Amino acid sequence: MHQSILIFRNFRYLKWAAAIVAVALALYWLHNPAYGIANGGTWLGYTLGGIGAFLIVWLMWFGIRKRRYGGGGAPVEDWLSAHVYLGLALIIVGTLHTGFQFGWNVHTLAYVLMMVVIFSGVFGLFAYLRVPELMTHNRRGMTLVQMMHEISDLDTECREAALALGDEINQIVLTAAQNTRIGGGVIRQLSGDDPDCATRDASRNVRHLADNAPSDQAEGYRLLLSLLARKEELLFRARRDVRYKALLDIWLYVHVPLSFALLGALIAHIVSVFFYW
Amino acid sequence: MYETLMQERLKVAIVGSGPAGLSAAGRAAAAGVSHVLLEQRDHVSDTIYKYQKGKLVMATPDVLPLRSELTFQIGIREDVLGTWEKQIADLKANVRFNSEVTAISGEKGDFTLKLSDGTTINAEYVVFAIGLQGNIRLLGVPGQDREWVQYQLNDPDEYSDETIVVVGAGDAGIENALALTKQNNVVILNRGSEFARIKQGNLTAITTAIEKNQIECIYSADTVRVEDDGIIVKTPQGETKVKCDRIIARLGASPPRKFVEACGIKFPNADPSSLPELSGQYESNVPGLYVIGALAGYPLIKQAMNQGYEVVEYIQGKQLKPADEPLLEKKFADIPGNRTVSEVLAMIQEAVPLLSGLTTLQLREFLLDSSVHAPRGGDVIFERNDYTNSFYSIVDGGVNIQINPEDETKVVALGKGAFFGEMGLLSGRRRTATVMANVPSLLIETPRRSMIKLINSVESVKRVMDQVAVGRQIQTYIAPGIPLPDLEDLIRTVRVEKFDQGAVLFREGENGDCLYLIQRGSVTVSREVSGKETVISYVAAGNYVGEMALVSNAPRSATIRAAVAVEALRLDGVPFQALMGRNEAVRRTIEARYRGRMLENIETTEQPEAGGIIQFLIEQGLGEATDVLLIDEALCVRCDNCEKACAETHQGTSRLNREAGPTFQTIHVPTSCRHCEHPHCMVDCPPDALRRNANGEVYITDSCIGCGNCERNCPYGVIHMAAKPPKKPGLLQWLLFGRGPGPGQAVSGKWGPDSNKAAAGPKKAVKCDMCKDVTGGPACVRACPTGAALRVEPSEFFKVVSQGL
Repeated sequence: MHQSILIFRNFRYLKWAAAIVAVALALYWLHNPAYGIANGGTWLGYTLGGIGAFLIVWLMWFGIRKRRYGGGGAPVEDWLSAHVYLGLALIIVGTLHTGFQFGWNVHTLAYVLMMVVIFSGVFGLFAYLRVPELMTHNRRGMTLVQMMHEISDLDTECREAALALGDEINQIVLTAAQNTRIGGGVIRQLSGDDPDCATRDASRNVRHLADNAPSDQAEGYRLLLSLLARKEELLFRARRDVRYKALLDIWLYVHVPLSFALLGALIAHIVSVFFYW
Repeated sequence: MYETLMQERLKVAIVGSGPAGLSAAGRAAAAGVSHVLLEQRDHVSDTIYKYQKGKLVMATPDVLPLRSELTFQIGIREDVLGTWEKQIADLKANVRFNSEVTAISGEKGDFTLKLSDGTTINAEYVVFAIGLQGNIRLLGVPGQDREWVQYQLNDPDEYSDETIVVVGAGDAGIENALALTKQNNVVILNRGSEFARIKQGNLTAITTAIEKNQIECIYSADTVRVEDDGIIVKTPQGETKVKCDRIIARLGASPPRKFVEACGIKFPNADPSSLPELSGQYESNVPGLYVIGALAGYPLIKQAMNQGYEVVEYIQGKQLKPADEPLLEKKFADIPGNRTVSEVLAMIQEAVPLLSGLTTLQLREFLLDSSVHAPRGGDVIFERNDYTNSFYSIVDGGVNIQINPEDETKVVALGKGAFFGEMGLLSGRRRTATVMANVPSLLIETPRRSMIKLINSVESVKRVMDQVAVGRQIQTYIAPGIPLPDLEDLIRTVRVEKFDQGAVLFREGENGDCLYLIQRGSVTVSREVSGKETVISYVAAGNYVGEMALVSNAPRSATIRAAVAVEALRLDGVPFQALMGRNEAVRRTIEARYRGRMLENIETTEQPEAGGIIQFLIEQGLGEATDVLLIDEALCVRCDNCEKACAETHQGTSRLNREAGPTFQTIHVPTSCRHCEHPHCMVDCPPDALRRNANGEVYITDSCIGCGNCERNCPYGVIHMAAKPPKKPGLLQWLLFGRGPGPGQAVSGKWGPDSNKAAAGPKKAVKCDMCKDVTGGPACVRACPTGAALRVEPSEFFKVVSQGL
């Protein structure tokens, strides 16, 4: 129907980024530094460094622009598309700026932080392009809250169905209702599963008990098992939904704080270059 | 005292103690006119009495001077009622509570009013001021007035752990009962032995709830009396007592119109919004019987109070300039010739035949809402594709209508007495032509709501409008440039047909003998594809359907269904084919359209998934939308930046709910305003605060009085009542001291619209205004980082869908 941020405006910002990269590469190729050693201290090094620093500040400005509502200017989609492509261009610009000189110092720290921020962004981009559709299909028109409501309804029905089936079953059903968890810690959310799912255990136990149940309870067991199966299916989808949402969010916890760390390192890098080199 | 009342004949009996009735009684008392004010409840002004506690009562329109013995200014419900009660007592007005009037007989000078307690009252004149709320039916048994017996339920979550008896097994009762079961023990009393005449959904829900023992139902139950701790119920098994903490009776209401008609007062037609015919002095067709207030079409408190005063003066034979006289004087100030108000009124009625059938009262009201323009020759009145929907009458001079967008010189001229702008009014869509004054002129511009009110109240206006509109629509949409006389054969056969949502205009395979021009609403075109009816396209108002069968003489190639309520002009096939035979240009246009439709049919039949999307969107009400927010869930990263942007640009309250609403494939229709062609929210807005501007946005002006009608009338749930939240602390305060919510964060609690500080101000309706005052367009779309949110005009969007996504 309409386009993703990658092909947005017929790759306008890809073209911009490609132009910057092409010019940087060409200059680097043509550049003939003193003593034959490329580094950040040559005229090209300063130029690339200047462009890189400007890009970093501009890319971080996105966080502010995104929260500036109701003003004029380009829509946020333009900004994001440009943010992605110019952010990727920064890999080349920044690397050429180093002249491939690395060491255990604040300069390389800034470079490493920059690369981590960029690659966390690449992961985010991948998540943004891939996850929404998976999420939509998984939800089948329901919201997570609706799934929770339905799960809670099924719990009630399970308890009613269990009433006719003896204490042991009642205890199993009650435990399943009380101990089933959706989400949890970061790892649990990202896994989209719960290896100790109380409902799964309950379902297994009920099936086990059903094998030895008297015939007049067969119908009751069938009902309970079908309810538990439906609940398991919903839990599966709800957990997967949580996983998807976590995938959409998790990278920002790296991307944003490290951007600020990068900004700090960048300032240290510039100050030290100008005052102590 | 009541004894004497019954014996002597009073000058005037006033029925209903709302603002109009109270003001009338106040004036009668002050002027020493013998009177009685009859109120069926035990307190005055029941409608205002039932407002929620502390609700602000507005005093609009501000410009209108108040003319009453009582005072009235903006204030909270308790103060307004308290002032009136005190003043009416000080004036020694004769108020009789618990007096429901059940019948009125007699004639001017000798009316007899029968009350429900058997009393009769004689009066020379009767003033009806009973409002529009209708009489809520009470239990009709002793104890029905106890405090814990209630006749409405505002918030079911307000009650918990109570035993509640719901009386009445209609939809309202069942819905209340179901909502209350969550936290309470509910018993429902059903007078019958089963549930009849209720919605299918409610029937299923209530029977399930009863089977599951969530609700106890007592069938064939008659209420006998209410006691201290419960209600006595009579069943075929005998009388039993149901102990309870609360009784909620939902027994319906009797609409006031029925009663009014029973008294002999005539309404011009069956339309529920039509108003009784009244003279300039509020007298109805029954001499001596007067109607004032909301029932007479004046829903604002101040208007009603003025009328109460005036009607008593008129009854005493006094002449009185209406309170709106200075307003009209001001309005007419620019009219050349220095005429008085009544001279201008006479001039207008003489010049404009459409308005000649109006009573003076109606004309005054009409002009009070309207504005007077004096354009010079060449001035543009409105432009093609504007979304304005006002109506124009030409009092003097004339205009040119540019009928051909490509050729500005092709015009139709209208002269003195004619009207224009009715097509936008009928279809709710953009203006179809540009109109400019051709000589210095005098025009009256009337807003949509006043015009609709007039059409529904004055039969002659409706008739003339319909006649002229038919010819103009055929000229505009089917046969451009053809003079009316050539179309006469065709126009004579035209019938206006109405279709409910989902009704079929014609079916695939039927023989076609006519063509439909959609005047209002929209339709879907569907065909049978492998045994299943599949929607292939959507046709909006201002287009016609059914021409294919007439051109090819073949059976109908598709089924046409009303997507929303539709009004269509049915044009007979024979004169239409004759017109095509006579006129080459018409034949060519129709055949070009035919070929276009044929190709479209083939395209969409090849793409059944597109049909699925159209069908889904039509089901979501897009058939009546002009601009709707859609979210492509294949791109949406669920960041809610759209909602945040909306809240930030609109005083902290988001007017859209991203997650709510249905999804089909990856298209999601969030809960947000669609800016309907005929906005439901506009239907019943007392201060006429809902407006549409030239670009199509439906918005709410500051004159909103917070009555909540629009919120209730909107079928899409996109209007909320919200108070303006207190001003957020600035960015630095947030950054340095953590005060208040940051940029883009939802405002709630202390800084939210529900905070104590905010509650001091009135709650007013808020809705999407498409960010009309913000540069760059809707903030929700502009703030979407991935381009998932888009605003579309349905007819354009459906075209894109049909051609493949």
